[in-house]
Amino acid sequence: MSAAVDMSRFVRSEKVEALPPPNLARGPIAWVRENLFSGPFNTILTLAVLYLLYVIIPPIVDFLFINAVWTGSDRDACRAETAGHPVGACWAFVIDKINYFVYGSYPGAERWRVDGFFILLAVGVAWLLWLRAPRRDLGAVYFFWLFPVLSYILLTGGNMDLGGRFWLGFLAVGLLFVAVMGLAAYLLKASIRSAVIIGAVILAVIGLTLGLVDIDWGLDHVPTSLWGGILVTLLVATVGIVFSLPFGVLLALGRRSRLPIVRMGSVIFIEFVRGVPLITVLIMANTMLPLFLPGDMTVDRLARPLIGVAFFASAYMAEVVRGGLQAMPKGQYEGAMSLGLNYPQMMIFIILPQALRIVIPGIVNTFIGLFKDTSLVAIVGIFDLIKTIEASRIDPEWAAPTISYTGYAFAALFYFIFCWGMSRYSLGVERRLAAGQNR
Amino acid sequence: MATTLTTQQVRAAAVDPRAEAAVQMIDVHKWYGEFHVLRDINLNVRRGERIVICGPSGSGKSTMIRCINRLEEHQKGRIIVDGTELTNDLKRIDEVRREVGMVFQHFNLFPHLTILENCTLAPIWVKKMPKKEAEEVAMKYLTRVKIPEQANKYPGQLSGGQQQRVAIARSLCMSPKIMLFDEPTSALDPEMVKEVLDTMVSLAEEGMTMLCVTHEMGFARQVADRVIFMDYGQIVEMNTPDEFFKNPQHERTRLFLSQILH
Repeated sequence: MSAAVDMSRFVRSEKVEALPPPNLARGPIAWVRENLFSGPFNTILTLAVLYLLYVIIPPIVDFLFINAVWTGSDRDACRAETAGHPVGACWAFVIDKINYFVYGSYPGAERWRVDGFFILLAVGVAWLLWLRAPRRDLGAVYFFWLFPVLSYILLTGGNMDLGGRFWLGFLAVGLLFVAVMGLAAYLLKASIRSAVIIGAVILAVIGLTLGLVDIDWGLDHVPTSLWGGILVTLLVATVGIVFSLPFGVLLALGRRSRLPIVRMGSVIFIEFVRGVPLITVLIMANTMLPLFLPGDMTVDRLARPLIGVAFFASAYMAEVVRGGLQAMPKGQYEGAMSLGLNYPQMMIFIILPQALRIVIPGIVNTFIGLFKDTSLVAIVGIFDLIKTIEASRIDPEWAAPTISYTGYAFAALFYFIFCWGMSRYSLGVERRLAAGQNR
Repeated sequence: MATTLTTQQVRAAAVDPRAEAAVQMIDVHKWYGEFHVLRDINLNVRRGERIVICGPSGSGKSTMIRCINRLEEHQKGRIIVDGTELTNDLKRIDEVRREVGMVFQHFNLFPHLTILENCTLAPIWVKKMPKKEAEEVAMKYLTRVKIPEQANKYPGQLSGGQQQRVAIARSLCMSPKIMLFDEPTSALDPEMVKEVLDTMVSLAEEGMTMLCVTHEMGFARQVADRVIFMDYGQIVEMNTPDEFFKNPQHERTRLFLSQILH
């Protein structure tokens, strides 16, 4: 074709076969020259960064590994004058205190129950997160119902001892509820039979849940004031994550609702909770919640910040989900409506799956923020991981110069592993979903 | 004087219960805020009738057919679809939408579902059809629009013409009595227009009641029973295709036709 520059008429006579692209692979030296030393400015930057790394990295490695103390039973192992060599991180301290960091003051003989909770949590998380796991629908039932119930029984000991009067009252309220469901169905001209069945099923699930926590399983009662460490951190994070997604979706839908009351309620809730710091929410949940309740009713000291965190995360999640809903083209709504799908069907099958996929990065971002924010529950006296470290580092048994640094380094490592794991997982999901649709 | 008479005649025809009416629009008006987008629309579509609606952009033709399945709400007048009047009653709206299929300019397929799932979703959840039966029905219609082999692909993997044929099949899976087409070929590459029009022609030949907003005048000549020309939210002229193209009455119609027929 090169000779054809001045041709004014042309008819292709043979097809041009597809050729491989020109060789783009290059050696490491070419890469370095192109990316690190491509000009005077980049060369200076590269050298400056290399110098910074030279200044920072060796002392960190020295501290964390080379001069670190791995064994020992008290402060003598971690003091330079008694150990006889410069001392970096005192991992012996973490190893010695690890049970406290994991379980808090949970009684030693009962700690297998906490281990059970960790295993149940791991099973649930793996079942839900592994996208090709079998029966993920059962996984959802497990994670959102069975796992919380079992965890409650395991951790507190169950045996709520509700008493016969409570059950009589429950039965009465339950029957009334089913009757109201049936009446509502009659008034709305819907199927009375299915309404009564739905009501009975809801009643049965609640009854079964209460029954399970009412039974005396022979476990000792462990008050929540003894819980602590990683147990509490994971518990707060799990409750926050499990509640924030469904509530966030409901709030986001509420905020876009055509019904003024629903919309106003959602807007007020979201803007109020987003408008105050988490610490304020926690302190309010801790001190003001009991004021609103009747005198003989108390909310558990651990449950208060749990509720606060769940509210807080829901408000943020609602805004993330709303972003996804607004990114949906109008045509998707119209396509669904023109087929006769009603509002819940349209949302569940068409809009939410796509909207939530768009905002996976935002959802995971909120989860990561929530996970780290759990450390703020220490403000209201809950012994999460950070608080147990705080309490341990002033232990005179382990009074040594690097104890505090070691404790915080351990906490940093713990948070980093979890947050980085969430981030990597979400990247994997995004890539998989994108590949599935091949767009 | 003459115009009043005509309007009255149209109205009389519109409310005549003996007429085999699929769609009746009586004195329909609609506003977007202050903007009067539909003005005095009177239209009576008989069962099995094929109607082509054309007009300049912004003339209200899309809005008019979108009122028929309540994607847009009319503010004045009555719309009766297959004997059911459209009101704010959600149950009635759902009833009408079950009977009325719609094909959009931009297909509006669900990108996260396969072609087969796109076609079976509504029959399974709206008509409560067993999954297996729904899949059989879907394959039947996908075969009709000549793409059964794409059933397990995603919409994004298909060409525009194929996607639009899937959209037609998806609507047909609900066995609608009336089909609405909103510029079904406007977003397609020129080479894909024919395959979609062929599908629509075969549908028309089977006696489906159709309302098509389109500028494919060849299609209008071939299948339409009536052609409607709209401008400024009004029906300007309505006639059989022969008369409409050969002998347009209104000055605006003549101008429009002279612009699009070269």
